[in-house]
Amino acid sequence: MSEDKQHKSDAPVEATTASELPIVNRRRQQERRQFLRSLMLAAGVVGVSAMGYIPVARSWNPRLRPPGALEESELLASCIKCGQCVQVCPVEAIKLADIMDGFGIGVPYVDAREQACDFSCDGLQCILACPTGALSHELNYPAEIRMGFARLDRPDLCLAMQGKGFKGRTRGEDFKGLFRYNEIDRWKPQRLHDQQFDVEICDLCVRHCPIEIRIAQCEAGEPPSGDINQCPPRHAIELQPEESINGVMRMRPVVLDGCVGCGACEMVCPTEPAAIVIDIESIVERV
Amino acid sequence: MNFFTESFMQLLGRAPRKPKPEDFTPEVKQIHFYKRGEKVDLEAIRAEHMGHHSNKWRNRRWATLIVVNFLFVVSYYFDVQVLEGALTASRFIGFHMADLNSALQVMLAFKHMVLNLVIGTVTIFILWLLLGGRTFCSWVCPYHLVAELAEKIHLWLVQRKLIKNHEFHRGVRTVFYVIFALLALVTGYTVFETISPTGILSRAIIYGATLALGWVAFLLLFEIFVSQRAWCRYVCPIGMTYGVVGLFSPLHVVYNVESCKHEGECRKVCEVPHVLEPVIKGRARDVNVPIGADCTRCGLCIDTCPTGSLRYEFRGLNKVL
Repeated sequence: MSEDKQHKSDAPVEATTASELPIVNRRRQQERRQFLRSLMLAAGVVGVSAMGYIPVARSWNPRLRPPGALEESELLASCIKCGQCVQVCPVEAIKLADIMDGFGIGVPYVDAREQACDFSCDGLQCILACPTGALSHELNYPAEIRMGFARLDRPDLCLAMQGKGFKGRTRGEDFKGLFRYNEIDRWKPQRLHDQQFDVEICDLCVRHCPIEIRIAQCEAGEPPSGDINQCPPRHAIELQPEESINGVMRMRPVVLDGCVGCGACEMVCPTEPAAIVIDIESIVERV
Repeated sequence: MNFFTESFMQLLGRAPRKPKPEDFTPEVKQIHFYKRGEKVDLEAIRAEHMGHHSNKWRNRRWATLIVVNFLFVVSYYFDVQVLEGALTASRFIGFHMADLNSALQVMLAFKHMVLNLVIGTVTIFILWLLLGGRTFCSWVCPYHLVAELAEKIHLWLVQRKLIKNHEFHRGVRTVFYVIFALLALVTGYTVFETISPTGILSRAIIYGATLALGWVAFLLLFEIFVSQRAWCRYVCPIGMTYGVVGLFSPLHVVYNVESCKHEGECRKVCEVPHVLEPVIKGRARDVNVPIGADCTRCGLCIDTCPTGSLRYEFRGLNKVL
């Protein structure tokens, strides 16, 4: 604005010397302003988009990624943020990250405690749906996946570690998590909270482990989808006897190297917070 | 002057060039000559055309835009496999489709392209090649629709002299295009996707509201109070990508100089008025002039024109529309 005033006061003087000069100046001034404005716009927009690097660099939101996800930085590069993986998941385990994930906006993740991947689709629908190979097309069977690795985070809370059984329903009244039980309905996911349990010693994590379920099916001569390639080569979790205290038999859930990190154990764990959790280990070599 | 070069340079941000005397065809020279001799009472013409009002193409366009975005929602909620995914990449009855700009970002960042993405990109390229390139912007992009509504508020405020419109140099979009391409290539992240209102809105429509909508709201406020249609005019690399596709498209808005009264109503409603340079008296190089690649084929000018001097044309299939 001050430039404007200056210009006006200059104008009569210039006008007397060269009548065209003020007009030329005015246009130049406008052009210069437009140029500066455009420069500011460019700096602003690029600056805002560059801010998306902060959450990534600081790993504000470490995420458990869907089955077959490439290593984190490759995933962020290759994901086209379309959510086709979200749409095909039968238990709706996959969500898309929001803008607080910066460059990770629109990239799929799994919140295992809310809704774990239960691998009940056999065919790894999300991988098949991915148009860019961000979820690697090279993986075909659940046992080949490594999303993370389960860990007994709070042994003190674990019911089996206390020698306790579990009776009733797991998780709270408003828990929406789903699980597909082959013995109830192959296709229709059941609400986890609707299931009644009555076990001598709590083994909910073991009995909901998709790898253990598959191994049991294979041992019964009924491999998932009738394909023996679906049979996992290694166990993922088992209860091992602990030293008893005061004559109470105690069991420890031990995570084995067949664990794929799907998070079913974390989702089903009845304690609050979950005694068993998934460590995100995208670096681990694929089996 | 070659149509391609002129159109491409305008896309990059250069102001339209005044045609040189040798650029005119003899037929149009004659028309210009007669028009120059005519006595024109612009007020009278405006008064005569006051009653002209049509929303034909706008309504068709809005309907198409809503239907396409709604198809995504329906496909997800009712699990019918019609149009799955989002605007960045999708599957139409099983066929892969990938937004050209998103695919480009992924390609530059990931430096690797799987077959599905190649198929999707080629499909979309051919589709928008046939349909006019930036047709994507006005007929599909959800941000375009909300920006159109924001623009109405902006124009109302300007009319009441409450705010002033601030224009930028259109060349800044080319700068953005290069910067975002380089950022993807160098950092290995699809940086533009973080702030792309097209992607954010499309995902929000399909998968539910996100905080990212705050950014879209900010952009709209900027367009309302600071600069008319700023994102689409000066920033969006998606528009630029489809603009290049549109350069080779047979579908254009075509301007016919004969009956035009040069009131300039079309330039007032146009999102990218520089493409309508030929409608200025004495500027048309030919009797029929195809409008340049930066045109979004939105049809607002066609709706507005009281003399029918603007129409859609698919080269080869004359006057099908």
